Amino acid sequence: MTAKLANFGLRILLIAAVLAVWEAFVRVLDIPAFILPRPTSVFMALYRGTVSTMYFEHLQVTLTETLIGFGVGCSLALVLGTVVALSRRTEYFLYPFIVMFQAMPKVALAPIIIVWFGLGLTSKVITAALVAFFPLLVNTIVGLRSADEDRVNLMRSLAASRWQIFWMLQLPNAMPYIFAGLEIAMIFSLLGAIVAELVGAESGLGMLIQSMNFTMDVAGQFSVLLILSALGLALNGIVTAIRRRVLFWDVSQKLQIEGAKVKKGGTT
Amino acid sequence: MARRAGETRAGDVGNALQDSAVRVAAPTAVRAAIAVRHLAKDYGAGGNAIAALRDIDFSVGEGEFLSIVGPSGCGKSTLLKILAGLMPASSGEAKLNGTPIEGPRRDIGMVFQSPVLFPWRSVLDNALLPVDVQRLGREQLLERAHALIALVGLSGFEHRYPWELSGGMQQRVALVRALIHDPALLLMDEPFGALDALTRESMNVELQRIWLDRRKTVVFVTHSTSEAVFLADRVMVMSARPGTIADMLKIELPRPRSLDVMTTEAFGTYVRRIRAGLNAGGGLE
Repeated sequence: MTAKLANFGLRILLIAAVLAVWEAFVRVLDIPAFILPRPTSVFMALYRGTVSTMYFEHLQVTLTETLIGFGVGCSLALVLGTVVALSRRTEYFLYPFIVMFQAMPKVALAPIIIVWFGLGLTSKVITAALVAFFPLLVNTIVGLRSADEDRVNLMRSLAASRWQIFWMLQLPNAMPYIFAGLEIAMIFSLLGAIVAELVGAESGLGMLIQSMNFTMDVAGQFSVLLILSALGLALNGIVTAIRRRVLFWDVSQKLQIEGAKVKKGGTT
Repeated sequence: MARRAGETRAGDVGNALQDSAVRVAAPTAVRAAIAVRHLAKDYGAGGNAIAALRDIDFSVGEGEFLSIVGPSGCGKSTLLKILAGLMPASSGEAKLNGTPIEGPRRDIGMVFQSPVLFPWRSVLDNALLPVDVQRLGREQLLERAHALIALVGLSGFEHRYPWELSGGMQQRVALVRALIHDPALLLMDEPFGALDALTRESMNVELQRIWLDRRKTVVFVTHSTSEAVFLADRVMVMSARPGTIADMLKIELPRPRSLDVMTTEAFGTYVRRIRAGLNAGGGLE
């Protein structure tokens, strides 16, 4: 316990040391603020933006776009993934489209989507949904098809219907794959929303970064980046927490947790 | 097969409940008898077809325990899958209680080499899987589930999950699951093959005890000659590729048999005869 505490202290010290070196480096070499701002001015910018609630307004916009995009993209991916996994025929016809879209960097579509759907919420939601869609689609298909042959035979030997095999075996069996897809989709939908905002928007954290860039407010951009990584961590944390609850039975997840424990134990 | 399943499902739930209630009340009511005639199975078609089974003729009486021994690749698992209705025969027929086996049936319980438990279901929920699939009504069969779990010595583990159990314990859960819907026929495909020798012997003793208690018709596939003799009323010896019946012998050892029976002269004689049958079939390298 004391060792753990000492380690935590060391970690904080290390971060403080890095920031101190950064600060000294910029001051001594007299680097202009529009190239690399000092950590203190980044924190000042963060403080000002937070106190004036300006950051919150933009955060709310970006968060809304991300979450709606995530919801739409994931719902479509789950439905379409299920259809493709259960029907070889559908797969045959959809396969060329899936392959084509999968190879394409989806964010490259953002400019076109802005032209089609305007500067508002819709274009951001569509970009976020598009980027979130594919990783989950692929994982859903693979997951639903990964049911062990013996387990399928067991269900069949009990005279289970196709639906029962789906609900009682294939779907729960696919959950680890689906959650891995959801985790990627969560981060990707934030990415999609930000990219779409960079291309053209009226509000949002991406738009904020863009406008700060025009005024050469680099410290401000750094402070927004801090908010974005905190947002990414929080969103990922929510999905991970849900996964832990739902997939309590997943042995590979247990191994990960135990592995992390062993690693932590190893450092003390 | 779909017809059969559809029929029962089409009947209202009340019927199913009543049906299961009757079965619970009188577990000794229906007994299966298997009749297999001129059965053959090929994999593939035309010139590339590989003969897996040839001229399989045998029958199993009600409440009888039949062991099938044979070398790897003799088609014994294939035969079991045909009996389970998971796979059609190429020619010939297999009947259960006088009706041809044309697809999966609700009155068969199956145990595989691996326990095949669902990790997201607790021990109790795994045991109740057939009840959920066949909509027999959990309330009616909960008591029976607890009784069977106690019978295999897993009381207190009902709410544990498969990964918390040893291999032997998992296989016991699989056994409970195969018995829960009171099937007329129990098909076991090398169920203890993955266990260590000591666990395997104790599972054999336990299976015999359960069989004496419930008197199911059992078809038990194994690699082990001593396991086959220890458990069975009759042992069917198969030869390799294509699988044919090399020998059929009746085991006349008094029951209940203890593990000591394995050291007796009579037991040795049976084992030697089975080995001779396997050798004649080209089974032992």
